[in-house]
Amino acid sequence: MTHTKISMAQALNQALRDAMHADDSVVMFGEDVGALGGVFRITDGLTAEFGENRCFDTPLAEAGIVGMAVGMAMNGMRPVVEMQFDAFGYPAFEQVVSHVAKMRNRTRGRVQLPMVIRIPYGGGIGGVEHHSDSSESYFAHTPGLTVVTPATVADAYGLLRKAIEFPDPVVFMEPKKLYWAKEEVDLTEEQPGIGTAVVRREGADATLIAYGPALPVALEAAEVAAAEGRQLTVVDLRSVVPFDDETVCAAVRRTGRAVVVAEATGFASVSSEIVARVTEKCFHSLAAPVRRVTAFDIPFPPPKLEKYQLPSVDRILDAVDDLQWEDS
Amino acid sequence: MTTVEEHLLPSAEPVCLIDQHGVPHEHPSYDLPTKEALLDGYTELIRGRRFNDQASALVRQGRLAVYPSSHGQEACQVAATMVLKEGDWLFPTYRDSVSIVSRGVDPIETLTLLRGDWHSGYDPYEHKVAPQSTPLATQLPHAVGVAHAARLRGEDTVVMALVGDGGTSEGDFHEALNFAAVFHAPVVFFIQNNEYAISVPLARQSAAPSLAHKGIGYGVPGERADGNDLAGLLAVLGQAVNNARAGEGPQLVEAHTYRVQAHTNADDATRYRQDDEVTPWLDRDPIQRLTTYLEQQGWMDDDVRRRAESRAVQVTAQLRDGLMPEPAVDPADLFKYLYAEQTQQLREQAAFLRDELAREEA
Ligand SMILES: Cc1ncc(C[n+]2csc(CCOP(=O)(O)OP(=O)(O)O)c2C)c(N)n1
Repeated sequence: MTHTKISMAQALNQALRDAMHADDSVVMFGEDVGALGGVFRITDGLTAEFGENRCFDTPLAEAGIVGMAVGMAMNGMRPVVEMQFDAFGYPAFEQVVSHVAKMRNRTRGRVQLPMVIRIPYGGGIGGVEHHSDSSESYFAHTPGLTVVTPATVADAYGLLRKAIEFPDPVVFMEPKKLYWAKEEVDLTEEQPGIGTAVVRREGADATLIAYGPALPVALEAAEVAAAEGRQLTVVDLRSVVPFDDETVCAAVRRTGRAVVVAEATGFASVSSEIVARVTEKCFHSLAAPVRRVTAFDIPFPPPKLEKYQLPSVDRILDAVDDLQWEDS
Repeated sequence: MTTVEEHLLPSAEPVCLIDQHGVPHEHPSYDLPTKEALLDGYTELIRGRRFNDQASALVRQGRLAVYPSSHGQEACQVAATMVLKEGDWLFPTYRDSVSIVSRGVDPIETLTLLRGDWHSGYDPYEHKVAPQSTPLATQLPHAVGVAHAARLRGEDTVVMALVGDGGTSEGDFHEALNFAAVFHAPVVFFIQNNEYAISVPLARQSAAPSLAHKGIGYGVPGERADGNDLAGLLAVLGQAVNNARAGEGPQLVEAHTYRVQAHTNADDATRYRQDDEVTPWLDRDPIQRLTTYLEQQGWMDDDVRRRAESRAVQVTAQLRDGLMPEPAVDPADLFKYLYAEQTQQLREQAAFLRDELAREEA
């Protein structure tokens, strides 16, 4: 199979293009996704290739975008919508939590909503206020939503294809700081499905559990730790909901120690959920309390201060050092 | 007798008192502003233009993270504040830096958000200017709240609430208009219709005859003006402010203007519009036509020019000197302002960061 060097942005674009070729009911819409190709160019060229009916700009109203997608999904289409930035998805929150998440359940399974809400999220790009939120925990907290987030180029393609084919609504969180990093990949290679976590690196001493923008930082930390003589397993969650207890717990049981790494604030978050689950399910395998490296519980800082907020290799290594390696 | 509907509907054509060739026109409902107002406006326009262009240059030098320029829209920017009294409020967006500076806010404090050292740099109470809002239209219900509170407190306040054409599609725009109308709040909603929301043209935002027509459904009178004619804007916005102050409830004004530059420095406008669409608008420049008019009236003497130029030079120097040094930022600020009383958790997290930085120093 042919390997090509492409960025996550290009892989997402290719996934949309291939999904639109594969299924006529797939439509893409949102703000600036037409002629401009999206502010991150994820929809570049789709209007030119598929026409205005398949990829189009809407009026500037996120509640309207998601609400219309609900109706279109009810009537036989597979809408993929883009929220321009994490924090600009909030006007659509009502639609997402009250309708997207609940439609199947309230109609006793009669109405399905196969739709994807794409959300570029996270910091690390020097964005001013409202351009760097990690909003995954709001969605993960809402029963009825499937929440996935790729951290590699291959997964960006594979997960988006699977999200579009999924029978239920998927909140697809795109780590925007990883958009431009290129990898050598074969897009035709089958990727694990939604609901599956993947071990990205094996190591016997402790497990780092990460997802989305935090994964490359965790892998880098594992690299440094290895040089210092400590072998770390790194698990990439990929799918926040459904949560892959099996893969995560197996890794933790093997290593007996764990650190959760997330870019989002820690309080009442996906990272706290992971700690709770691991502690409940792996208690007797644990040699130390599960630690977390997350953002501080503050609004995302302005560009000149964002470096203090993002999880760093040093913070991860400090947390690993803290895992009670010896009796004191 | 005019019917209620006629009262609520905007003029058939945008109000224009000085056209793009600098020629004055009589209008049945609006008078030309005074010589003094136009000369003051001229100075503000020159300064606003210089502010925009200097800020854009500073982005290229890496001194600002981003700058959404109002180049070409300065007449709207300046008129929006010139019609206000000291006790009135301004609710601006990210594109309204020139308006904010026109209101008297320090230029460097105005650019704090866009430089990236804090989310908002000025004290909103000092000049009665709300923080610049980035989530579109979300500031509009706040503007209604400030105005309603002012009425309840017996204050003689009018609130000028700014929004772009794209912003009028958001639910908050409609809720704000409706609330303002129901509560009879003294708000002037001022839409700067520059025809684009990033790449999306007006036709994709609205199928209404004009954005000013949106008022009628809420019982709010709408009016529209040539957004590049400072004279017309001062007359129309001045009237709207007077009406709101006189207890006639909210007012909606749409200015027809054009975003001659890209959305921000990060945007490439050639991807979605042709240059030949932009060119005619360059001839409708707000400064050019006012200058021509003032010259023809014989009001444009060396004094006027010198005064405008010295204000412009002053603001450029302020920007250059104020933005050249890296801003001093203190990581401790990250935890200071969230709550009136800091939580135990935040105290711990602040201490964690302090220790971490101390170790890095060592
Ligand atoms: C709620 C929300 N959605 C999306 C955005 C992203 N965004 C920033 S500016 C902009 C276009 C706004 O256009 P308009 O209201 O016409 O104002 P202009 O920028 O032309 O002054 C968009 C889509 C945002 N800031 N807020």
